[in-house]
Amino acid sequence: MPEAFIYDAVRTPRGKGRAGGGLNSIPPIDLTVTALNAIRDRNALDTALVDDVVMGCVAPLGEQGADIARVSALRAGYAETVPGTQINRFCASGLEACNLAAAQVMSGQADFSIGGGVESMSRIPMGSSGGPWTTDPDVATDLHYAPQGIGADTIATIWGYSRTDVDSLALESQKRAKTAWDEGRFANSVIPVHDMHGIKVLDRDEHMRPQTTMQSLASIDPAFAVMGKKAGYDNIVLRKYPELASINHVHHAGNASGIVDGAAAVLIGSKEAGEAASLKPRARIRAFASVGSEPTIMLTGPSYAAEKALKRAGMTAADIDLWEVNEAFASVVLRFMEAMGTDASNTNVNGGAIAMGHPLGATGAMLLGTVLDELERTGKSTALITLCVAQGMGTATIIERV
Amino acid sequence: MFDYSVDANGIATIVWNQPDRAANVLNPATFAAWFEVANKAIADDAVKGVVVASAKKDFIAGGDLESLLAVDDILDVMERGHIVNAGMRRIEKGGKPFVAAINGAALGGGLEICLGLHNRIASDNAGIKLGLPEATLGLLPGAGGTQRLPRLIGIKPATPLILTGKAMSADEALKLGILDAIVPEAGLIDAAKAMILEGRARSVQPWDERGFTFPAGASDIKMDTTFFAPQIAALHGRTLDNQPGLRNILSCIYHGSKVDIDTALLIERRYFAATVVTPEAKNTIRTGFFSMQNARKLGMRPEGFETKTFTKVGVLGAGMMGAGIAYSTAAAGIDVVLLDRDMAAAEKGKAYSAKVMDGQIRKGRKTEAQKDALLARITPTDDYATLAGCDLVIEAVFEDRGLKADVTRKAEAVLGEGAIMSSNTSTLPITGLAEASRDATRFIGLHFFSPVDKMQLVEVIVGKETSPETLAHSLDYVAAIRKVPVVVNDSRGFYATRGFRSFVAEGLAMVSEGINPALVENAARQVGMPVGPLTVQDEVSQELGYKVRKQTMTDLGNAYEPDPGHDVIFTMVEKAGRKGRKHGGGFYNYAEDGTKSLWPGIEDYYPRADQQPELAECVKRIAYIQSLEAVHCMEEGVLTDPRDADIGSILGWGFPMHRGGAISQIHSVGLPTFIAECEEMAKKYGQRFEPPALLRQMAEKGESFYAA
Repeated sequence: MPEAFIYDAVRTPRGKGRAGGGLNSIPPIDLTVTALNAIRDRNALDTALVDDVVMGCVAPLGEQGADIARVSALRAGYAETVPGTQINRFCASGLEACNLAAAQVMSGQADFSIGGGVESMSRIPMGSSGGPWTTDPDVATDLHYAPQGIGADTIATIWGYSRTDVDSLALESQKRAKTAWDEGRFANSVIPVHDMHGIKVLDRDEHMRPQTTMQSLASIDPAFAVMGKKAGYDNIVLRKYPELASINHVHHAGNASGIVDGAAAVLIGSKEAGEAASLKPRARIRAFASVGSEPTIMLTGPSYAAEKALKRAGMTAADIDLWEVNEAFASVVLRFMEAMGTDASNTNVNGGAIAMGHPLGATGAMLLGTVLDELERTGKSTALITLCVAQGMGTATIIERV
Repeated sequence: MFDYSVDANGIATIVWNQPDRAANVLNPATFAAWFEVANKAIADDAVKGVVVASAKKDFIAGGDLESLLAVDDILDVMERGHIVNAGMRRIEKGGKPFVAAINGAALGGGLEICLGLHNRIASDNAGIKLGLPEATLGLLPGAGGTQRLPRLIGIKPATPLILTGKAMSADEALKLGILDAIVPEAGLIDAAKAMILEGRARSVQPWDERGFTFPAGASDIKMDTTFFAPQIAALHGRTLDNQPGLRNILSCIYHGSKVDIDTALLIERRYFAATVVTPEAKNTIRTGFFSMQNARKLGMRPEGFETKTFTKVGVLGAGMMGAGIAYSTAAAGIDVVLLDRDMAAAEKGKAYSAKVMDGQIRKGRKTEAQKDALLARITPTDDYATLAGCDLVIEAVFEDRGLKADVTRKAEAVLGEGAIMSSNTSTLPITGLAEASRDATRFIGLHFFSPVDKMQLVEVIVGKETSPETLAHSLDYVAAIRKVPVVVNDSRGFYATRGFRSFVAEGLAMVSEGINPALVENAARQVGMPVGPLTVQDEVSQELGYKVRKQTMTDLGNAYEPDPGHDVIFTMVEKAGRKGRKHGGGFYNYAEDGTKSLWPGIEDYYPRADQQPELAECVKRIAYIQSLEAVHCMEEGVLTDPRDADIGSILGWGFPMHRGGAISQIHSVGLPTFIAECEEMAKKYGQRFEPPALLRQMAEKGESFYAA
């Protein structure tokens, strides 16, 4: 079976996902085009060699709709022969897009394929695409739908994570992100976004709050307590987890992923394709996996996805040098580390989505690039990237530096 | 059935006038006749428009529920629905304006008929109620109501109306856009005709217009995510998916709003058929409608005695119960003498009525004048002589035989010959208390529930000597104060207290087996109980449970058999010092901010079992034990009518309506299944789950508690 190699990985900076955010004036198509342009220009890539562009997007409607991957390739001036497809694995869409691009290469059906993703959460709000999971009375009731935040709080309740536990992780995310930015650890991958006149609009993740302290976090009210109690969701969860007396609501905006805008792209290809294009591979994709997990608690998938991917790769957790676990909510990361027997020393070493934000469709591809940069910086070899996914799923990818 | 006439101006008037019935009621036959006469008007070239009216006090009272109880053929329901939908669509698309001239209540199918006409006006008769109450019967409006109302007034305003089944006044309906106008009662028909003659009447429904969109918000993704999603969660969180009718209402509105009216009506038919065959719908109709109606109309009242009117009632003891009884009695326009040991106590009891009325005034339901009038009817006193002339005296003093005997004698000393003496005891056998009375035939138990002003049930307890006349007249009193009576025969704990205790005790037994207390509480809520048994025990207090058991042990001596909750209660009080909420905590710790958390110390006494049961098993256990207690009460003759058992369980201790009550639950599950499941549980949990002989006999004979 051919191997799939990562040749390049780029991302836009992440702008605050609200009116007045750094990328709010920029339509999502310009974000993907920024990333695709960088992939082409940095690698002097003949885009006619690209067999597919796979882009993740979680709210694929309106200006993110109608297959934004193909129209992005066209808009970026890629060869007309480059097709595109948009996929949705919710929060892992960006990583799943890379996995599918790698799968095309590994199956011998593509030489180069680009994976990536986009989400302009400031312009197309989270949840805009609806869906029977939340809005069809029969479906939502029978599947015990409850929002992610309630699931994250349920994880904290079951595994016994206190407010201090989750806030501590959040504080560490902020500290690590600041250090990483201060030391220029993301410099190789972050592509500034410019407006139509070429004026730079954003070159830095602007969601970070380096001034955060435990005291400032402690002052924030839990975000899902009222929703849980008044809107009915706690009772819905308790039907599924009747061993719990109540849900301990510990999450809030300060220890959950930030709402931001951004896009990312990763160039993946075979060994031969790279050689023919005179490109040097940076890492090989060892294995990847997606899993389904219990959908009401929703966010326990990462450990199962990681275990599945490790098994496919013939590896164990001890073989992984760096872990990159999307900080959707602090409890997700805490539970992942507990389940995998790892700890914070080699997990999310440069911070994560709590500090820098989580542009839903793009994040997975961003994390892939971030951890690859860190492997290169530290001379380490292997990394596992994973994200929790709505509806009870998880996706993971294992890479190895070459 | 219908009076049909056409006037000189070419206006046809169709008057609903069902023979031999007080009200116009919808069933397949009346629908068929309605469509026939409506089609006649549509086909008649001389007719320009049609006014639809009623010769009864109500416009149309609603559907015929009796036939729904027996329905089990989905295809048949679908076909019947199709006939109704098609008939109503023919009228809507017939090209002639129809005007509903609504003179009285238009409820359920009655309102749906009106929504299927192009125009609706109502008379200013103040009593008019409009609404779709199907949800309250476990059903959904199946004649287009879930589709036409949202299309007429908008999804957002229509949904809560259908989910709650709330009845509206004509003014409210006008404001919502359900009515086009309200006109003087005398000119109702003329006003309807004028609408047609002056060209103000529509002849096409809005949803049949090209380019129709829902008023007050289109049915789009935004509506789905910002309206339907929270509605689903709120309903699920509140009902724990125990009420398929309500869930199906949401489904009808949601799915129906995505398609045209004809497809929408098809969707409604499917959900109506799915709903009407559910045990939850049948249980709710059987108990919530028929049994409740029977009780309110005093169907159990002995025949041959004239209805007694009560003008003056005495209440002995102005504590919480006495004060509540005084309020409920005065609220029915009856004079009350509220007696206690001293004036201060009696005044305090009267003050309770003022407090209740103040609350009502704040909510805009009552006026200061009504409060004054009510308070004027309550005479607080410490003098037994004031009781002279009372038709009935209700003793509500402490549960102490000596005290009760004393106040009974003092009261009867001033009462007239025909007066009834009664006790509000919740535990002491009436026959024993009657020994203190000068005439045990006129002594009866009237067991009210706390808080009396809110709780509808009165358990009427017939002592050994109580006469049928005393029972009949006592029931008249209960009806007069607009409460719901059930009749039970004398025994320790009567019925409601026994049923309630069986529920709580089972929860305690589960704790003693090492079952996670959270699981016990959640299972009880999933059954549909308002609160879990451990919460209830904390409120009642472990200390009281302890005292009652101690007293019973003293009373019965060697005959005392520990109930399933005995061990836990004795442990909590004697070993753990957890005597209940007001004593600083019980199964829960109570924080100052009002929150509570389960007391972890319980595991020191009852270690958590390694194997925890499934939720469904706990649910069944908690639900069935209450039915078994009701069966024992029937077996012992405490209850004679399953309807009393059902109503007593629902109104007395919060047994859920969707299970139909403690006996309906057995009927609903099916006797053979219920027996088999109880046998299984008896093996696991003990003898108390052994099916009583009455059930086995009934099963052998192929009998059932209810016909349908």
